[in-house]
Amino acid sequence: MTTLTKTEGAPSPTGAGSFLSVRDLHVRFSTEDGIVKAVNNLSFEVERGKTLGIVGESGSGKSVTNLAILGLHNPRSTEITGEIVLDGQELTGASEKTMEGLRGNKMAMIFQDPLTALSPYYTIGRQIGEPFRKHTGASKREARERAIEMLEKVGIPHPKTRVDDYPHQFSGGMRQRAMIAMALVCDPDLLIADEPTTALDVTVQAQILDLLKDLQQEFGSAIIFITHDLGVIADVADDIMVMYGGRAVERGTTGEVLRAPQHPYTWGLLSSMPRLGGDVSQKLRPIEGTPPSLLNPPSGCPFHPRCEFKDKVPGGVSCAGDRPLLPEGRGAACHLTPEQKRTYFIEQIKPRLG
Amino acid sequence: MSDELTLTRPAAPAAGTGEPLLEVKGLTKHFPIKGGFPIKRTVGAVQAVDGVDMSVLAGESFGLVGESGCGKSTTGRLLTRLLEPTGGTINYRGQDITHAKRKQLAPIRSEIQMIFQDPYSSLNPRQTVGKIISGPMEINGINPPGGREKRVQELLEIVGLNPEHYNRFPHEFSGGQRQRIGVARALALEPKLIVADEPVSALDVSIQAQVVNLLQQVQRDMGIAFVFIAHDLAVVRHFSQRVAVMYLGKIVEVGDRESIYNRPRHPYTHALLSAVPEAVLRDEDETEGRERIRLAGDVPSPISPPSGCRFRTRCWKAQDKCATEAPPLVQIEGNTPGHLTACHFPEEGTTGGGREVVLDPGLVAMEHRDTGSAGAAGSGKES
Repeated sequence: MTTLTKTEGAPSPTGAGSFLSVRDLHVRFSTEDGIVKAVNNLSFEVERGKTLGIVGESGSGKSVTNLAILGLHNPRSTEITGEIVLDGQELTGASEKTMEGLRGNKMAMIFQDPLTALSPYYTIGRQIGEPFRKHTGASKREARERAIEMLEKVGIPHPKTRVDDYPHQFSGGMRQRAMIAMALVCDPDLLIADEPTTALDVTVQAQILDLLKDLQQEFGSAIIFITHDLGVIADVADDIMVMYGGRAVERGTTGEVLRAPQHPYTWGLLSSMPRLGGDVSQKLRPIEGTPPSLLNPPSGCPFHPRCEFKDKVPGGVSCAGDRPLLPEGRGAACHLTPEQKRTYFIEQIKPRLG
Repeated sequence: MSDELTLTRPAAPAAGTGEPLLEVKGLTKHFPIKGGFPIKRTVGAVQAVDGVDMSVLAGESFGLVGESGCGKSTTGRLLTRLLEPTGGTINYRGQDITHAKRKQLAPIRSEIQMIFQDPYSSLNPRQTVGKIISGPMEINGINPPGGREKRVQELLEIVGLNPEHYNRFPHEFSGGQRQRIGVARALALEPKLIVADEPVSALDVSIQAQVVNLLQQVQRDMGIAFVFIAHDLAVVRHFSQRVAVMYLGKIVEVGDRESIYNRPRHPYTHALLSAVPEAVLRDEDETEGRERIRLAGDVPSPISPPSGCRFRTRCWKAQDKCATEAPPLVQIEGNTPGHLTACHFPEEGTTGGGREVVLDPGLVAMEHRDTGSAGAAGSGKES
């Protein structure tokens, strides 16, 4: 394995002033089976008013990263190293009290499953008002007024009566709207949405995605949007980071990554998805094999056991031995030369996409 | 509902041999709601499936799409007779199996198999893979030449697993591999029809394609007919020659894949197709390509579905007629044979044009504020 340079994966230094900056993040869990290296050498930045889409399959470390930003990991079994700087404030190693002051206030999260994320015991209005009361010291009445205002903003009909309803009286799409209202109640500067539409139907998903986009325009918050669906990402994100095996393998703007992807894993993801306009007589091209175990990750490039291009790497570089680094800014962590990446995508991958 | 105009005259599909394997007419399933004290009475019914007509030809793949709660899974369970229908008839190769008893069903059950959604809960964790796959043969008393173990190993090979894994337990396999075990179990009795209920939706994107390809290969090699139930329109399009769109217990549109996806007529089909996010970025000059339809709210409750056309509460074309008269599933003018639509005021048969219909009150209000464009809340706008 090559020695890891400290700057690996760090975006351009000009980004130092960006709103959220994550550098060299490592997250490790101790379990009975050994140490799970859930996130390795991860660096990224998010600007205000922009959306960063994180794509990856289950176990790629995307949710773990975001729970680390929010400080929601159990400190007893988790080891977090690296830097997480939110608006000039260092979050790794910050006290629980500091984190409490930030969560729900400056940064908020929308969870995947609105039914389990809402408490069945309290009314929707009370749950939306709670962070507002905690962070602004508002009275019960003010919190209720605010909850009604938020429910109206996210498009729930009759917010004045629905504010006193319990979560079970809401449908799936309405619950997700209530969750969004709860996340936005303190005007957070950073919103983390972890698969917010995966549990919803397509028609409702389309409503929620449009709603998030409109709300972002209004509030100007930075959004980290986690999903496994490249279609959803294409719809909402400004920038994309593709994760695999706990590492970022490709990064760029949405246009760059979807129009001219460079990493074989991104190619694999794109060509394994059937499309509405695709050629049905052509077989889907799955990525062979299964995602790596994070207990015992493959040496070198984490994707090499499943990569169909690993023999094409020139100049005696071994994908199994040397781990490719993710260059700064736009790029992919892959040993193929830029020329190869371009020609393979155009000649072999693009025709499969139909 | 006019029966003579329904699915009994399907267009010859590409892979089908033309012989109808399964014919369903007016299939209905109402789940009773019990309430009251001290004696529980039936106070209502969840009308999960309400008058579904369809037919599946031998060797073809029939897709069933719709949102959660539309009754597609219940339909699948009725077809396999895991549930007793409330009404209607199910004909399997000319035999009426609607209310057949357990004993009468036994020979038919071996010909209709099912693949379940969740590969974690559909395999018994205390049985080995060999036991799971040979289970159907044991129950039906089938002794294949060479013994059951050999047959199981053959099946494991067909689905792309190592035959040496015969004695392993399900927890030793990944999600995609477990789903392959489920496929092997469904193939064990050489069925004529497989009902696959969301077989890939619990799997990761890169694994989904592996299982879809496996199912497709099995279908081609063995000529098995499939009823493929899924909510992912792109996967259904890839897998099925004919597709039916369900909404609140009824089929609202059915036809050949080509026709449903390129020339949909029912407003709901338009809305569904326009809501699918696509990973293809269009060039600047093409941005007008797709429709953008945003419905208001969620699917209504099947306990008291809307009168007349069930989609009318979320439809932008609904008129008085829609509330009083349920539209029959018929072939409307301009459709290819076999493409049936249940709508009084069908849409144009195109998905392009960049039309916008926004019914969602939250979105309308916000877009109104942003752009100052016309469009009162809830009334939607069309441009």
